[in-house]
Amino acid sequence: MLQYALRRLFGAVPTLFLIVTLAFVLVRLAPGGPFDEEQALAPEVKANLERAYGLDRPLHEQYANYLGALLRGDLGPSMRLRDFTVNELIATGLPVSLALGGMAILLAVGLGVPLGALAALRQNSAVDHAVMGVAVLGIAVPVYVVAPLLALVFGIHLGWLPVGGWSGDARELLLPTIALALPTLAYVARLMRGSVLEVLRLPHVRTARAKGLSPAAVLWRHALPPAFLPVLSYLGPATAAVLTGSLVVETIFGLPGMGRYLVQGALNRDYTLVLGKVIVYATLILSLNLAVDLLYGVLDPRVRQRGRS
Amino acid sequence: MSAVAAEAVPAGRSLWADARRRLARNRAAIASLWVLGALAVLALVGPSLSPWSYDALDWDHVGVGPTFANSHWLGTDPLGRDLYVRALHGVRVSLAIGLLATLVSLAIGVTWGAAAGYAGGRVDAVMMRTVDVLYSLPYIFFVILLTVVFDRHPATVFVAIGAVGWLTMARVVRGQAQSLRHREFVEAAVAAGVPPARIVWRHVVPNLAGPVIVYATLMVPQMILVESFLSFLGLGIQEPLASLGNLMAEGAAEMENAPWLLLVPGTCLVAIVLALNFLGDGLRDALDPREG
Repeated sequence: MLQYALRRLFGAVPTLFLIVTLAFVLVRLAPGGPFDEEQALAPEVKANLERAYGLDRPLHEQYANYLGALLRGDLGPSMRLRDFTVNELIATGLPVSLALGGMAILLAVGLGVPLGALAALRQNSAVDHAVMGVAVLGIAVPVYVVAPLLALVFGIHLGWLPVGGWSGDARELLLPTIALALPTLAYVARLMRGSVLEVLRLPHVRTARAKGLSPAAVLWRHALPPAFLPVLSYLGPATAAVLTGSLVVETIFGLPGMGRYLVQGALNRDYTLVLGKVIVYATLILSLNLAVDLLYGVLDPRVRQRGRS
Repeated sequence: MSAVAAEAVPAGRSLWADARRRLARNRAAIASLWVLGALAVLALVGPSLSPWSYDALDWDHVGVGPTFANSHWLGTDPLGRDLYVRALHGVRVSLAIGLLATLVSLAIGVTWGAAAGYAGGRVDAVMMRTVDVLYSLPYIFFVILLTVVFDRHPATVFVAIGAVGWLTMARVVRGQAQSLRHREFVEAAVAAGVPPARIVWRHVVPNLAGPVIVYATLMVPQMILVESFLSFLGLGIQEPLASLGNLMAEGAAEMENAPWLLLVPGTCLVAIVLALNFLGDGLRDALDPREG
């Protein structure tokens, strides 16, 4: 198991390297530079700025310097928000985004799994149809429609919850979390329903019933744990989906998270800021994928065997 | 070789006839087809029924709601542009981008997957390992970078998302191609001395049509969602051109005074995505009787 974990961990290193390289190249391929402002700078000023940020060096040298700094955990200074380093900007945004994303995933799994299981156990009942109807809608209605609607209904018409802005009050995260969680929740519920239905048909469940276990014991010991595995392996893509959605949700609710300045930074050619944020997002997604794979190895006996051999 | 082709035809035809019958019995899928057809027709001819164009400003009716009192049937935005015309333009753009992006990923994915699956061995391992690595990239962030690289040119939006969307298609096709590799008609073609590239295109790819059609149908709504996401962030289709994404971004900002600006494009988007998903599910059931 340990060997498997280490192998997976080292397997992630080249992927991360590839991400950094690709992002670096793409950012640099974009026309224009960070110092092309509306009012053109005097050529000498621009040249000086570029020298100060090391942009006058050959590209491969800049790349090597960037990689070197990255290994020390230094993402460099922001090229447009001149008083900040990228590390500072990420340090202020990351906690908000992590809280938002973490809560959204917890909500999606915590509610989606029981709802999906319930729908499967009462297949073709009214409960099943209701859950699946909502799940289909949840997949088709994107975050950027749900979020403003929630804000309108609960924030403005009913006035129950604060909308927009950020003062550190946890209640301000509630609506954004719900909006962000809904599509993932819908997908998890659908996945869990299908998976439970499939597991209930497997021979080991029939055996458990045949040897006289109570229905509850069959369900909790033999049916639900394996049925949860597809949901577990979906958590990797779910993280990516939630982080993507958080870009939009943060914009709509005015939260100072990681998504802030990302789009603007990309349009302004703030090389270091965009690279830094993309690298942090990628690392988050990769590490959650890794964690899910390892957990899968612990929970699924078949993978456990393979990992050992 | 022509004998092989002639033999394959009757079997294929009966499969398609079967599939069509099964699809015709699926009410959700048929209803979705009608909805999509109606929306497509409306998107094509609808704008010409209105006296307004998508970028015309009507200063006498700024930010009015849906009404039959004037010619702005679905109201106007804060600049006095007609929402009915703009929403239909948005549907047009979304459908076009969804289809084109899917075609791009189809072309790359089918070629890549069929080549890998047919070649097998080390070539297959390397090609699919590449797909695995690309799969683990946070692709939406790369799409954002790509749209910036190409300076938000409308055509690059679908190339960018299509170029990233081919991964799933490559996996699906590769699995199928692998199982086709040792079928008799392929071996007959090999024995007849047909070059590998020609075998892949003439004998492997046509037999992949079923799963490819299903996944392509399910990919269109995803592409539409990605486009609207990019447009929502201001990276996709640019003003004054309308796409459902940038209409919704505008609507979300004006939601308190003018909720119809969000609801109209939002409803169009949800209808399209839902219909395509039902249609895809229906096609899967029709083409693959094992599931369903």
